[in-house]
Amino acid sequence: MPDELAIRTRDLRKTYRRSGADVVALAGVDLEIPRGQVFGVLGTSGAGKSTLIRCLNGLERPTAGSVEVDGVELTGLGRAALRAQRRRIGMVFQHFNLLNSRTALGNVALPLEIVGAGRRERRERALRLLDLVDLADQAGAHPSQLSGGQKQRVGIARALAAEPSVLLSDEATSALDEQTAESVLALLRDLNRRLGLTIVLVTHQLSVVKQMCDAAVLLRDGVALDAGSLAEAAARPASPLGRVLLPALPAELPGDGDGDAARAASGAARAAGAADGRELLDLVVTGPAARAAVAPLDADADEPIRAALRSAGVAWELLAAVYEPVGGTPVARLRIALDGSAEARAAARSALAAAGADPQAPRSAEEAIA
Amino acid sequence: MSDDLVPLIWDATKETLTMVGVAMLITVPLGIALGALLLLTGPRGALRQPLVNALLGFVVNVGRSVPFIILLIAVIPLTRALVGTTIGTTAAIVPLTLATVPFFARIVESALREVPAGLVEAAQAAGASDRQVVWKVLLPEALPALIAGATITTIGVLGYSAMAGAVGGGGLGDVAIRYGYQRYETDVTIATVVVLVVLVQAIQFAGDRLARHLSHA
Repeated sequence: MPDELAIRTRDLRKTYRRSGADVVALAGVDLEIPRGQVFGVLGTSGAGKSTLIRCLNGLERPTAGSVEVDGVELTGLGRAALRAQRRRIGMVFQHFNLLNSRTALGNVALPLEIVGAGRRERRERALRLLDLVDLADQAGAHPSQLSGGQKQRVGIARALAAEPSVLLSDEATSALDEQTAESVLALLRDLNRRLGLTIVLVTHQLSVVKQMCDAAVLLRDGVALDAGSLAEAAARPASPLGRVLLPALPAELPGDGDGDAARAASGAARAAGAADGRELLDLVVTGPAARAAVAPLDADADEPIRAALRSAGVAWELLAAVYEPVGGTPVARLRIALDGSAEARAAARSALAAAGADPQAPRSAEEAIA
Repeated sequence: MSDDLVPLIWDATKETLTMVGVAMLITVPLGIALGALLLLTGPRGALRQPLVNALLGFVVNVGRSVPFIILLIAVIPLTRALVGTTIGTTAAIVPLTLATVPFFARIVESALREVPAGLVEAAQAAGASDRQVVWKVLLPEALPALIAGATITTIGVLGYSAMAGAVGGGGLGDVAIRYGYQRYETDVTIATVVVLVVLVQAIQFAGDRLARHLSHA
């Protein structure tokens, strides 16, 4: 395994036997997660997200395939060696899984007890970790006395106690309210930056991935449909990951006139090949140009979208614009209507494509889901 | 009414408490070990030994099926071998313990089973061994339930210990049978019952307090 990879899976498969029938949870997943990245695992429930993350620390034994973490192949390890390896992989859970019989300090110290650290060292390290997650003043509190966000902070401190190089997070913010989730995510991001920790985030929340991750994999029915950096995926909106990250703009927008009629007209215009007509296009602009693309009022002559349209000599109208950061990259999406001859519209499309705006006919919501 | 009622009841109470106390002192560690083994060898346990589990389960169930009064007599040879006598307080402790361990083992098993699987998983994810899971997660997390179970068991042993009196085991049951029943000294019967009621109340109260104190849920 190349040194810069924290995790690599090869043809990872897991089949459960449930009431006499085989249920395939993972049907051959290949993943490469570079060191120091925040990597998202996206998918609907039942897609195999939890099984995947549990294979990464050996809580599940894969049916076939390989899992390497930090250069160590997990599938071949005996029980004791696997336990030793798990200490290098921290895990945070949706429902925190803190021991009620212990204080916050005792919970954080648990992994240190497991590795046999001395009493003084356990106490000092656990206190330092509680300080790191901003809970130094709650060291003596039992989990029942803590709020959800505080519990998850204790869970994170516990996961970091044995100084892992990889942190697995299984829906860590799904049981928290939005504000608390934000602060827990900010903490994870901060830990990723400060400690160079590789984080694997399992989530069904798209916003979490957009906000947190450098790269992600999209799972469906135990198969990795698409994987890669978010910036790249956002630049290819037709890719499976791109489609999930950038859901289709509504098929009908205000000012769109009759959306269906407009789309029918555009299809007809394209089919006819020559006639004058109106055509709707969805554009995506990523990177530094994104900001200028959504600034119609101070329309800048150098802005690539407008420059391309001007060069093609078509009339156009901006119907909608969305701007958001995806994985730290600014992404602008626009829907425009072109009015003009078929040739002029074709010229506009190729000029837009040359400008990197990836012009596409609007996707309907059904298409986006498919 | 006999003038010796108070010393009679007092001595019998001390004998009863000795029987119950010693039986519980032996039962608690054995029952915890057996209960943990039942859980760990079970279908969802870490050790997963179906044969061992079936065998243990069978022995425990047989132990619980035998009526105590029968067990009392059936184990006389074992009692003689272990403590050298078959009558008196010490002798009664052997059948009492034999009857109590399987009962408490099942209580322990179910208390440990109630510990959420996620807590076990969290410890396993941190690299805990099966032994560490038992000592650091299962037993501490189940402690309030174990205390409550031990309270129920102690009160059960108290009841059994009164039966042991029927075969010369000493204690409050012995007194109630010999004086109250065989000599028609109703006041003795009433006195033993009063003491037993007080004991049960005290044990239950103490058990509840302790379980509540240890529960941080």
